[in-house]
Amino acid sequence: MQTNFTAEQLRDPGIATANQILRTCVHCGMCTATCPTFVLLGDELDSPRGRIYLIKDMLESGRPATEEVARHVDRCLSCLSCMTTCPSGVHYMHLVDQARVVIEHTYRRPWHDRAARSLLAGLLPYPGRLRLAMLGASAVRPLRGAVPGNSVLAKRLRAMLALAPKRLPGPSALSGARVHKAEGTKRGRVALLAGCAQSVLDPDINDATIRLLTRLGVEVVVAQGAGCCGALTHHMGKHDPAMASARANIAAWVREADGAGLDAVVINASGCGTTVKDYGFMFRGEREQAQAERVAGLALDISEYLTKIGYAPTRDAPGLTVAYHAACSLQHGQKITGEPKALLRKAGFRVVEPAEGHLCCGSAGTYNIMQPDIAPRLRERKLENLRRTRPDLVAAGNIGCMTQLAGGGLPIVHTVQLLDWMAGGPVPAGINETRFDAGRQMNFSVSA
Amino acid sequence: MLQPEPKREVLARRDAIVAGLREILPESGVIAETLRMKPYETDGLPAYRQMPLAVVLPETTEQVAAVLQFLHREGVRVIPRGAGTSLSGGALPLADAVVVGMMRMNRILEIDYADRCATVQAGVTNIGITNAVQGDGFFYAPDPSSQLACMIGGNVGMNSGGAHCLRYGVTANNLLGLRVVTIEGEIIDIGGHHLDAAGYDWLGLLTGSEGQLVVVTEVIVRILRGPEGARAMLAAFNSNEIAGQCVDSIISSGIIPVALEFMDRPAIHACEAFAHAGYPLDAEALLIIEVEGSVAEQDYLLGRIKQICGKFDPISLKVAESAEQSAAIWKGRKGAFGAVGRISPDYLCMDGTIPTGQLPLVLRRIGEMSDACGLKVANIFHAGDGNLHPLIMFDANDPASFATAEKFGADILRLCVEVGGCLTGEHGVGVEKRDLMPVQFSPDDLAQQRRIKDAFDPGWLLNPSKVFPLAAPHTQALAA
Repeated sequence: MQTNFTAEQLRDPGIATANQILRTCVHCGMCTATCPTFVLLGDELDSPRGRIYLIKDMLESGRPATEEVARHVDRCLSCLSCMTTCPSGVHYMHLVDQARVVIEHTYRRPWHDRAARSLLAGLLPYPGRLRLAMLGASAVRPLRGAVPGNSVLAKRLRAMLALAPKRLPGPSALSGARVHKAEGTKRGRVALLAGCAQSVLDPDINDATIRLLTRLGVEVVVAQGAGCCGALTHHMGKHDPAMASARANIAAWVREADGAGLDAVVINASGCGTTVKDYGFMFRGEREQAQAERVAGLALDISEYLTKIGYAPTRDAPGLTVAYHAACSLQHGQKITGEPKALLRKAGFRVVEPAEGHLCCGSAGTYNIMQPDIAPRLRERKLENLRRTRPDLVAAGNIGCMTQLAGGGLPIVHTVQLLDWMAGGPVPAGINETRFDAGRQMNFSVSA
Repeated sequence: MLQPEPKREVLARRDAIVAGLREILPESGVIAETLRMKPYETDGLPAYRQMPLAVVLPETTEQVAAVLQFLHREGVRVIPRGAGTSLSGGALPLADAVVVGMMRMNRILEIDYADRCATVQAGVTNIGITNAVQGDGFFYAPDPSSQLACMIGGNVGMNSGGAHCLRYGVTANNLLGLRVVTIEGEIIDIGGHHLDAAGYDWLGLLTGSEGQLVVVTEVIVRILRGPEGARAMLAAFNSNEIAGQCVDSIISSGIIPVALEFMDRPAIHACEAFAHAGYPLDAEALLIIEVEGSVAEQDYLLGRIKQICGKFDPISLKVAESAEQSAAIWKGRKGAFGAVGRISPDYLCMDGTIPTGQLPLVLRRIGEMSDACGLKVANIFHAGDGNLHPLIMFDANDPASFATAEKFGADILRLCVEVGGCLTGEHGVGVEKRDLMPVQFSPDDLAQQRRIKDAFDPGWLLNPSKVFPLAAPHTQALAA
């Protein structure tokens, strides 16, 4: 597609990158078809092609972002379904990430928007703060119906409270920075991204990962100084805090890799995995570029790592049907589609897939809070498609999706929890064992 | 791009016209802010751009009727738009025109297996129809490469084809009925759940009329029982001409594969990078040949086709061994146009149709023209029915390159007419080919066709400035 940047504009490396991406787009329109917001809203402006056009105009003109640009870019889930569809290989992710930064710098949002975004950016990446906030939110959760009004503010508050678990699980015995020794002969050594929000909302996901890996002979280190991957703030266009988070992780993992050595950085929240794998690009031209590239090269989703080292169950097949929910950050962001399903089958589950599996569930980081008109519609659509597969439970590889889909009448667990269970671990907390024995046609109860 | 002079009195009344539209449609259904209209200034042919007066997104046939009635009364031009995937600029706006986008009319209204048909709104995607019925073993046959995104209303407007039309026919052959709105805002139903609509063949007339006669809001299409199975094979050759001769030989042997597709070297490389389908990268030309039916039928047909291909000294002959392999082969072909975006920043996609016997000659001449003008061309097309899609690669940031590409394209289409073919197989004339229409038609022919438009739309409000050369003025409209 034709672009109109001046030679001076193109000297800016950011603009030069954007120009390259825009020049790859041939405006064919294929991406519109698989974009969740276009499917729901039926407006070119809420499609990838429309957004690319708006972003192109904003960057070419050099003008500050307007309310319209912010509105339509904000409505993008960054699910990256468009990148799976795009035949031309347009790197929409890098383009929209850049647009979010420009919007953050040049557009002044309404006060309640700024407040909500600051609150989330100041809360989610910090497990301590988030835990306190969640305890409070869980306590007042039953009152969410009493929040009056139809303003965005009221809708967001209700959405926030609805996402808080009914009962917040206690901190895990395995949490904290330390080394978890391999059982038996040591076959490898990995760093686990312990993450931020996930460790508060469902600490058992990390525990299951550690139990399973150590049982398989892998030493797991939760590195001192590593924390949030930076994705949450990155997707809000908050460049500096995102880079700071990433920088801390890079330093921590490089230290481990140079010390006792690392075969991989294992990530069990695919939203984070997409970002860590992009560290090399995020740090282009920066002092830490080489280290960032090294870390990005080590990053593997837990399903990739397990496929690599080999996984086998030790329990008998449970005779359960699992609907596999493909998190966008796995299927589109990291192009991982086969591994989780193959592992689940190997573990003895019957795996089914919902229709419209490519469409986002509406979680998308903070999207389910910031876009209370769109996210619930995507959630309902996803739940309906999942129910039609008549599963006993749903497996997903991303905490965001799990939180978004919880409470919809289907038990939802992380893929790694099921794999751990079948390889000798405990029954995942989301599944009630007695009901499982009594008759698995009955409803499973969900604890979250 | 030369555009007709906008009507000044319409531009002057813009605010009142927008206010009138807002009375008919909900708030989100009218777009009038400059920045928000921007993405609607172009379609799948982004070399041509024009900002419209306003954009509307109706949700029902009644809303479309009310909008058209209003715009007709106000003397405002109308540009119907589906998914905006037109490669001929069919949805290119005019400065004084309102774009009527059908994207919100995306509901499947009825599926009738007894009568083997489906009734859908115009904004349902082509693949959306198949998706809705494939669980029960049915499908909708025409499959343009943009089928994932393009909408059925636009398919009717352009009489779209696709890879499998060799066997199943184009849109016109798979259409049973239409609900359309005239420029006066009258709603008309044509046809029904049966073959052969009553009276004159109105469906035939309206199909391929490029949004110039009516706005299509609902479509009744035939749905077909899917075959027992299908298998694709790849046949690779040392030159375009030899592959062209092989196509000719397959067709003249009496075998009609479901699809017979052609790619040359640049296309093979671009598509392989996207689809990883195992296309042979050492070949100069590749044929994708698909047969369907029972396993015995597939084996028999593939055997005969292999025999024929064998006479043309193929580099390799490979039959897909699994459904996944077949899917990958088609993914590459269907994404071919976009995939060329990987090897060139921009392309013009031509759409001429020729008698299949002329393939070797035409391919050789295209190669010569490419050498002469210095622009590369990737050939990707439906070889079985002689529908060519040469993709001319150029750099839109270089105006000279674009002008050369346009001229090269025009020369290819002139060649198609010269050898007994026509200007467009399935993309429509749009704005892209309107000035070439005199190559195909005499002034009398063109005048006769304009009289048909006069009959439906005397004021030339519906998608004007397309199809007919601007140089020949719309005499009737000017006289009125």
